[in-house]
Amino acid sequence: MVERRTVSNRIFDICNYIVLALIALVCLYPMLHVFFGSFSDPRLLAKHNGLLLWPLGHTRRGYEIVLQNPNVWSGYANTLFYVIIGTVSRTFMTMLGAYVLIQKDFMPRRIIMMLFVFTMYFSGGMIPDYLLVTKLHLLNTRWAIIIPSLISTWNMIILRTAFAQVPASLEESARLDGAGDMTILFRIILPATKASMAVIIMYYAVGEWNSWFSAAIYLPARRDYYPLQLFLREILINYSTSGNATGGAGAAGLGAGAIADADAVEALIEDVVRYCTICVATIPILCIYPFVQRYFVKGVMMGSIKE
Amino acid sequence: MTQTAAAFTAPKKQNYWTRLRRNFQKHRSLYLIALPVVAYLVIFKYLPMFGIVIAFQDYRPGKGVLHSDFVGLKHFIEFLTNPSASRTIINTLRLNFFSLIIEFPAPIILALLLNEVRFGPYKKTIQTLSYMPHFISLVVVCGILKDFTMSTGVISDIAVLFGVERQSMLGNVDMYLPLYIGSSLWQGIGWGSILYLATLSGADPNLYEAAVIDGAGRWKQMLYVTLPTIVPIMILQLIMRIGSMMSVGSEKTILLYSPLVYEKADLISSFVYRRGLQEMNFSFGSAVGLFNSIVNLVLLITANWFAKRTTGESMW
Repeated sequence: MVERRTVSNRIFDICNYIVLALIALVCLYPMLHVFFGSFSDPRLLAKHNGLLLWPLGHTRRGYEIVLQNPNVWSGYANTLFYVIIGTVSRTFMTMLGAYVLIQKDFMPRRIIMMLFVFTMYFSGGMIPDYLLVTKLHLLNTRWAIIIPSLISTWNMIILRTAFAQVPASLEESARLDGAGDMTILFRIILPATKASMAVIIMYYAVGEWNSWFSAAIYLPARRDYYPLQLFLREILINYSTSGNATGGAGAAGLGAGAIADADAVEALIEDVVRYCTICVATIPILCIYPFVQRYFVKGVMMGSIKE
Repeated sequence: MTQTAAAFTAPKKQNYWTRLRRNFQKHRSLYLIALPVVAYLVIFKYLPMFGIVIAFQDYRPGKGVLHSDFVGLKHFIEFLTNPSASRTIINTLRLNFFSLIIEFPAPIILALLLNEVRFGPYKKTIQTLSYMPHFISLVVVCGILKDFTMSTGVISDIAVLFGVERQSMLGNVDMYLPLYIGSSLWQGIGWGSILYLATLSGADPNLYEAAVIDGAGRWKQMLYVTLPTIVPIMILQLIMRIGSMMSVGSEKTILLYSPLVYEKADLISSFVYRRGLQEMNFSFGSAVGLFNSIVNLVLLITANWFAKRTTGESMW
């Protein structure tokens, strides 16, 4: 960009910097609010109005409660299971699909590709999917989370585009040396498309981490299989505000000042617990994200390639 | 190489299945690799499409798809004539309309502003901070929104300063939509700008020099040089956005809505979930879902056709 040092230029720049700073602040603040709130004294927090610029008082009681919640642990463990098994199996299947679809020797590749693309624009819908899972006896099993979404057509197209850019001569010379398809896929194509593979793996892993809906549909009777996000939904969204008062019922008769005070804390701490839950479920991801951000950025670019 | 390959392939006259059989015998290993992929495609993508038949039946799980009674268009007529069902069409269109006019241009504007920043570290910081909400899961975003907008929440505190009555904002039918769009904007603006920003960095510097010689200031450079660079990608994004109109937002709506705001919040997709799956009206739900899919397909084709006619850009 060419620029001249004029007054209007300066004004433009200053306004631009200020507007951008405000946008960044708005993006950041909600997380800060939650973070500060998670350490705050529940009584002070309840009285407080408006923005939080620092924790009010200090307590770790909220975190203790969250970490004693067995659902948080089992949710984390289940999510880890779904993320690992799901990502490995999905990446593998997607790779196989992308591989056969670039093979000129594979005659039905065009029609299979067309069949896949069609599913991006039209599908049976939620209920036929659900009935299929029921008929296959996958309902209320862990596989219901993984198998129905083994291949994302979108990811497969991205990977296919990457695979197609590997020079055909590499593959041909390997074939002449007697290499089979699996050797070519794992020894020739994968090493040449590491970055794209990383993007696909990230997409699948993050997609699974965030997913809650398929678990809500397919695991109606198995709370022990719930992923973290589904427990988060219970804790953060589907709670009833009236439930707060039940905590101190046992101690109510004593009436001693200190105990009543502790009671008030227990009743009010629900808000802090919610903030702590958000932090426990989100901060690990936010710590990883600066390191993997570039793969996502690359993925956004790859996804925009027109077929 | 290609010539020899062509010589080996059977002449065109031969029937497709014969050629396919030859191809199979010659490249068995490829077919073996394709087997799980095709099996998945057929079972999990195409089999459910046949399940749509139940939209025209009174499906009873005991009787199964093959033996349930056919009722023709009964469920479609019920959907279109019952006001609490058909309002979901209006709601879906309303949500998408506002989401398009607000959420679509916002990342473009952010990209244009970021593109004007010459000081690298500043740009980088702003970008990283603006991407961050994208990495927070939808459930948590909705949880935060719910907390901030309850009667004692921080957004309510701020709204009170502007003279709004203290209340649980998500339960107010007029505030639901702005909160929905606002939170989506918050989550998506930075992430959406990546694509445009990368496209902008490829703009031809000569164009800017020419513009300056013609006396264009910064604002005019942005309007006449920078903006046209991203128009093709903008149109593709717009077509894709329109093509996903009918499916967008179902998860978020199911997380955020409540009976208090069904009147304006209930979408076709959330309605399918509630009536079809939660209340187990499988046939009725499938009918509404099918209606939704068809409208979606028509919208996509129309948007693509329109873009091709007017700008020459299209998805296929």
